[in-house]
Amino acid sequence: MPQPSNGLREVLLVEDDDADADLMVEALQEGELALQAVLVKDGEQAIDYLRRQGAYVGAFPPSLILLDLHMPRMNGHEVLAVIKRDEALRRIPVVILTASDNEKALGDAYDLHANCCVRKPADQEQFALVVQKIERFWLRFNQGP
Amino acid sequence: MSAMSIGARPIEILLVEDTIDEAELTIETLREGRVRNRVHWVEDGEEALAFLRRQGRHAAAPRPDLILLDLHLPRMGGQEVLAEIKEHPQWKRIPVVIMTSSADEKDILTAYDHHANCYVTKPMNLEKFMAAVRSIEDFWLTIVHLPAA
Repeated sequence: MPQPSNGLREVLLVEDDDADADLMVEALQEGELALQAVLVKDGEQAIDYLRRQGAYVGAFPPSLILLDLHMPRMNGHEVLAVIKRDEALRRIPVVILTASDNEKALGDAYDLHANCCVRKPADQEQFALVVQKIERFWLRFNQGP
Repeated sequence: MSAMSIGARPIEILLVEDTIDEAELTIETLREGRVRNRVHWVEDGEEALAFLRRQGRHAAAPRPDLILLDLHLPRMGGQEVLAEIKEHPQWKRIPVVIMTSSADEKDILTAYDHHANCYVTKPMNLEKFMAAVRSIEDFWLTIVHLPAA
């Protein structure tokens, strides 16, 4: 998989909520690994980024995708389905990160081959810790494609 | 269904591993973790499917919340087991963690193509092996929202 010229692995955040996005970027920057966090704010932008279309022609394939479920234009389930049906994208691990506790929505995400689903804690410190644990497991212990 | 919401019952884990020492070390390390769990150990791929189908001696088997699957197994290989699980309408949502000594790129890509949820290589060193199992426990049993049946 090609890497950015700075050698840092990329994490793509797909999140429409500014406060949550800021917190996630900061938590990743303070985490134990050097990485580059890239933020897009809706599902259509996420697909453009991953397919290097439109404004994202020079984009690199991310090592990990953190995907919210409730988003404008194209929701998380739709984005997930597109990624996991696309031969060029389907191996990239997708972590669903959502405030939803709707069992059906989470079960549907697993059926669409989300690699895992994680609930966003309401408490900000806990949320940052969860983001760092995601980073630690997926980028340190997991063998990516 | 997070570890917290499971509450009264332990998390049911199906461990598919043919190397006795590694299975025992995995079970022991999981037992020392923070989250109550019950590991059901089978030694080959066919037995793993018999467990999921509740056949023979597995008639009373619970539906696992998580599956830890080795790739190099007798009788039926891990990739075949993985493919069966991920093509089955009732089993496909059960997270499957590949735990293998193989860091072969082809094995990794094939596992992801079969929708493995993640792929962890087993280090040869004892301490590092336990650290890898702890990383699975720390993430999959405490952070992840495991799917309901």
